[in-house]
Amino acid sequence: MSLLEIENLSLKIGETPILRDVDLSIDAGEVMGLVGESGSGKSMTALTVMQLLPNAARTEGRVSFDGIDILAATEDRMCALRGDDIGMVFQEPMTALNPVKTIGEQVAEGIRWHTGASRADAEERARQILDRVGLPEKKFPMSRYPHQLSGGQRQRVVIAIACALKPKLLIADEPTTALDVVLQAQILELLRDLVDENRMGLLLISHDLAVVTQMADRITILRHGEVMEAGETAQTLSKQAHPYTRQLALASTHVPERRVLAHPFAGDRASLLEVQNISRFYPGQRLSMFHKAEPFRAVDDVSFSIAPGQSTALVGRSGCGKSTLARMILALDRPSGGEIRFMGETLTGRDEAALKPARRNMQVVFQDPYGSFNPRHKVERLVAEPLHLLEKQPSPAERREVVASALHEVGLRAEDMDKYPHEFSGGQRQRLSIARAIITRPKLVVADEPVSALDVSIRAQILDLFADLNGRLGVAYLFITHDLTVARAITDDVMIMHEGKIVERGPTGEVLDHPQSEATKALVAAAPDLHRAIARRLQEQG
Amino acid sequence: MTTYLLKRLAIGALTLVVASIVVFSVLEILPGDPARLMLGLNASEATVQVLREQMGLNQPILLRYLDWAGGLLTLDFGKSYTYSVPVIDLISERVVVSLPLAIMALLLSTAIAIPVGVFSAQRRGSTADTLSMGAAQIGVAIPNFWFALILIYIFAVWLRLVPAGGFPGWNAGLWPAFKALILPAVALALQQAAILARVTRSALLDVLGEDYIRTARAKGMPRNYVLWRHALRNAMIPLLTILGLQFAFLIAGTIIIENVFYLPGLGRLIFQAITQRDLIVVESVVMLLVATVIVVNFLVDLSYAIVDPRLRIRQ
Repeated sequence: MSLLEIENLSLKIGETPILRDVDLSIDAGEVMGLVGESGSGKSMTALTVMQLLPNAARTEGRVSFDGIDILAATEDRMCALRGDDIGMVFQEPMTALNPVKTIGEQVAEGIRWHTGASRADAEERARQILDRVGLPEKKFPMSRYPHQLSGGQRQRVVIAIACALKPKLLIADEPTTALDVVLQAQILELLRDLVDENRMGLLLISHDLAVVTQMADRITILRHGEVMEAGETAQTLSKQAHPYTRQLALASTHVPERRVLAHPFAGDRASLLEVQNISRFYPGQRLSMFHKAEPFRAVDDVSFSIAPGQSTALVGRSGCGKSTLARMILALDRPSGGEIRFMGETLTGRDEAALKPARRNMQVVFQDPYGSFNPRHKVERLVAEPLHLLEKQPSPAERREVVASALHEVGLRAEDMDKYPHEFSGGQRQRLSIARAIITRPKLVVADEPVSALDVSIRAQILDLFADLNGRLGVAYLFITHDLTVARAITDDVMIMHEGKIVERGPTGEVLDHPQSEATKALVAAAPDLHRAIARRLQEQG
Repeated sequence: MTTYLLKRLAIGALTLVVASIVVFSVLEILPGDPARLMLGLNASEATVQVLREQMGLNQPILLRYLDWAGGLLTLDFGKSYTYSVPVIDLISERVVVSLPLAIMALLLSTAIAIPVGVFSAQRRGSTADTLSMGAAQIGVAIPNFWFALILIYIFAVWLRLVPAGGFPGWNAGLWPAFKALILPAVALALQQAAILARVTRSALLDVLGEDYIRTARAKGMPRNYVLWRHALRNAMIPLLTILGLQFAFLIAGTIIIENVFYLPGLGRLIFQAITQRDLIVVESVVMLLVATVIVVNFLVDLSYAIVDPRLRIRQ
């Protein structure tokens, strides 16, 4: 009998069906990958096993864990299981810990609750598990509060909480989605080791096929609450018997067709954007009345240029200064030193009125398609926003026309302009952001992780759209991303940023295939790659 | 942490200085001559002048401000025009009524509000939730003096459990004095409790939706444990803010309530002093109240830092 057996599980929240006849099983020491796009019911499956579903949820079917009927178990019984025999790790490490309790308290709390150990004993055990997950006493005393740790470190604390009592089953719901690739590789390795050490079953939930392939022995593919295909990872993904599996695999390695720039480094053409020795320092924290720490160099003496129509990726780990650099290019932040020239004009030190023409030619697309629109405005108003930068304001009729053509450009319909943002899906909203960005016919679009919040199939469509607009309108891109697959798919040229400096630059394929600097090598080594992962799996299984 | 506290203290001191200037100038430009008021309408111009000289009313305004403000610092508030006794005596006599009343009301409102708020948040959307929040809505809407009259009618006139008004003094024994303060405290607390209960509920519901609550539940902590041990402390920040603001309203409320219950407190003192144009008493009591509010706000700032470790390093 398997450790966890889910049979014919159906779930409804209110009247909405979420899961239909889901089957899934995990053995001790086995990693099961649960893959699907957002809304496919992955998280709800996990929460069913934890019995932490919303109040209105109704379940049918059978879920048995270690011989216990989970769906029929009382709340007391579940409290005894949770955190002891079943641990869970969540997606967002920044908010997963209680900000007003120390990390030691939060790890020890569960230990005390389940084992009845004394405070001292529980703290001792908490110390051990924190050491184990890579937070040694010396650098990370238990009296630290979550806000004193980085995202990756916090995720280690969450893993420590989940694994403190050596659970039989660990559920990890997108445990690395919010982390950069290098941290992701470290956390996955930690999970792998914990599984091997304790013969733990691991239910790994992810939308990233490459991550799951690396980790999982078996895989279950979920769509609209139904299991599409399930089986051994390598076989399932190499055969791709089910059309949806094939579709997912294709989408996650999708490379849009795009016209290649003849001379990416055409020196004779005037640069569109020229960044010279730009720096941004943040003052150090005051250590005492008279001493200040060294200023933090978020961006440190960076120079580069972008030609018209060129698509450049800016790649680096989180906190490397990518977004600060982008903010300065967009004239949203003042550099501490250096100069930025856009279309021959200096941006640095200009006032808002003088920046107007530059702003018209320079637009931005942000990561979060949910947070970047005012929910109370209609699409027409949202997309038309940059039009105030034009010298001649369009009449209402003209405005509607311009909005309609921008919507058409990004594959939406003109009628959509009378809707509100909540009426659109995530991918459609990102199309709206792009429509807003191109409505003034800019020469440069800065896109800050524009596809990392999207599902793979939608990501493929949005990448196609970016490629298409690049070809048709000749827009140059500065693509900020930590995802090397995206960089490869859409850019001519890549810049690798590390600790405020650009450490490597060149044609995308060349740099990523033959990395020179340590930072690039680390990124390339950590980046999950579906084809490589499948090949390795097949090899392992002979 | 020290910088944070020093900064808060400095802001408090500055507020006090600004408040003293405002209070002094407002009362200065009000019409009505205190000297004439004390002597009555029939006094001769010469007598009034002599008294003005005596009271220092003829000195330049800046000098009088400095004199007054300096006096405040040494707790020498001057002499009441009407009672002809040192203001400090009047105040200390009244503070022993008003301060216990305010504290009782504050404790009472917190003691009612937090359990009700938690109760409602636990049962979000249920009939019990709707009923208790409906009751809170009514509590917010009822004027405290009217509620005071109802209380007097039920508990003093009808049931005869407590006196309808007046204060026997603490010398008459702890219990009788306490009994005299119960109804006023309840009347004062009702509105505050109603507001606080609503804030508690919504602050808790916000916190209960947070990711770390789910983490705590995934650790195996039962729902109520998580509510009291994880959620409530995080919900304290908005609660403390409201509590600090409410204290000022509570003090304002005592002016009305003390009049309804005929209590010899600060509220009645200031009310009488205003009608009698006893400027020096008005100024002193107002400054005392301002100081109290500033101290309470300082305590609130202090407790923020205790509740939330993130504020301890912020400068």
